[in-house]
Amino acid sequence: MINFGYNINKSSRIDLDKDLNIAKKIVKIEPSFRTCIGCGCCTSTCSANNFTVFNLRKIQLQINRGELQSIRKEVEKCMLCGKCQMICPRGINTRNIILAIFKVID
Amino acid sequence: MIVDGKRKIWKDYQKEIPDDHYFYVRSCIRQNFFPASEVMFLKIMRDELACDIYENEYHTTCSGIGYHCDVVPMETTMTVIARQFALMTEAGYKNYAASCITSFGLYSEVIETWRHFPDLLKKIRKNLKEATGREFEIPEYLSHASDIIYKVRHDIAAKGKYRLINRFTGRPLKVVEHVGCHYSKMFPHKGIGGAEYPYVLAGMIEAWGGEVVDYPERRHCCGFGFRQYFIKANRGYSIANTHKKFESMEPFKPDMIITNCPGCPYFLDRWQYAIAEMEGKTYGEDGHGIPVFTYEEVASIVLGYNPWDMGLQVHQVAVEPLLNKIGISYNPEEKYKGFNNEDMGHPEKPVNLKTY
Repeated sequence: MINFGYNINKSSRIDLDKDLNIAKKIVKIEPSFRTCIGCGCCTSTCSANNFTVFNLRKIQLQINRGELQSIRKEVEKCMLCGKCQMICPRGINTRNIILAIFKVID
Repeated sequence: MIVDGKRKIWKDYQKEIPDDHYFYVRSCIRQNFFPASEVMFLKIMRDELACDIYENEYHTTCSGIGYHCDVVPMETTMTVIARQFALMTEAGYKNYAASCITSFGLYSEVIETWRHFPDLLKKIRKNLKEATGREFEIPEYLSHASDIIYKVRHDIAAKGKYRLINRFTGRPLKVVEHVGCHYSKMFPHKGIGGAEYPYVLAGMIEAWGGEVVDYPERRHCCGFGFRQYFIKANRGYSIANTHKKFESMEPFKPDMIITNCPGCPYFLDRWQYAIAEMEGKTYGEDGHGIPVFTYEEVASIVLGYNPWDMGLQVHQVAVEPLLNKIGISYNPEEKYKGFNNEDMGHPEKPVNLKTY
């Protein structure tokens, strides 16, 4: 095989029937997931984010985009302290969302 | 493919294509990649169809590649294009025919911009006058060369020696048509059939006896995308586009691909080699690739020209399987013979992609 100095990039195509089902299941368990505006307050106040690259805003974006490869590993960093829930301008039950992600991904 | 639905859409996107008297401008890169395509176009138009088609040796690049790579500013591009229009005006023509899809898209974009911003048009006229002393008129009709071949497709079929039919099975050849992005994705009304279902190549395939393959990634870009290819760090993205198209068309077992853009046949052809050598994957029959052609080459095949006179030997993917299927007679020994029967030398054989 020849190395031309570049590879064939992996496709970022999302299968709307398969990959977006996770978001639908989370909304069923915690309907407030749908009201997220992606402001990032949850991430800026997050204790886990102080020490790791845990980013709840990014997680909700990835779930809505069907990019699920790293979600399980990411949500494990959450300590369920609930500070994000206190600061959320939409009053989203973020702790329940984390628990819901565990349920539907497993 | 639901043909009735497509035909309704195609009806909404028709354009006027002049019958005769074209000012023809060549592409910068096609003459290197597929050297005889433009020659064959001129030959067909002049010798077969007796049309008046004029070329000017002072024509230059439209600067489209530089423009799309963000290195040439828009006003510079406009002035260069204004100079091409000035050449047309000086030659007494009003019907501008571009060989290149990028140029065609850029001419459409520039004319449309001038329509919306007349002050900018005045400024460009002034720039051109100061720089070259020339004056120009905007073309009355702007056509891509594939529009013209589309218009005369039935004449070509009537004069043709061959049809796109598999002589072993008697069935139409399965043809993938790939229309360049800049043909109608920017201005759907400038292309035959619009942006979603351009009919320009599909019409040729139907007229010449083939069957169009309707596969999921039919409208996907070939992967050239200018910056995606020219910057090496992005090249993996470029080949990924082509890879996605081939993965999508593979189950339909196409016999050939026909394109109307300078970059598309090049990338669909050469990336098959790169994919084969990087991953060992080939998409044609028995380790071959799927042969890729320009529309002028296919028109010339239909008309019965010698395959080696139209430059088919410079394709990366071997064209012989297709020539055999149609039943075209050719001499394999003449493949790498140039003018005066001089030997042009033989290319190195790839490891994974089978060639003749």
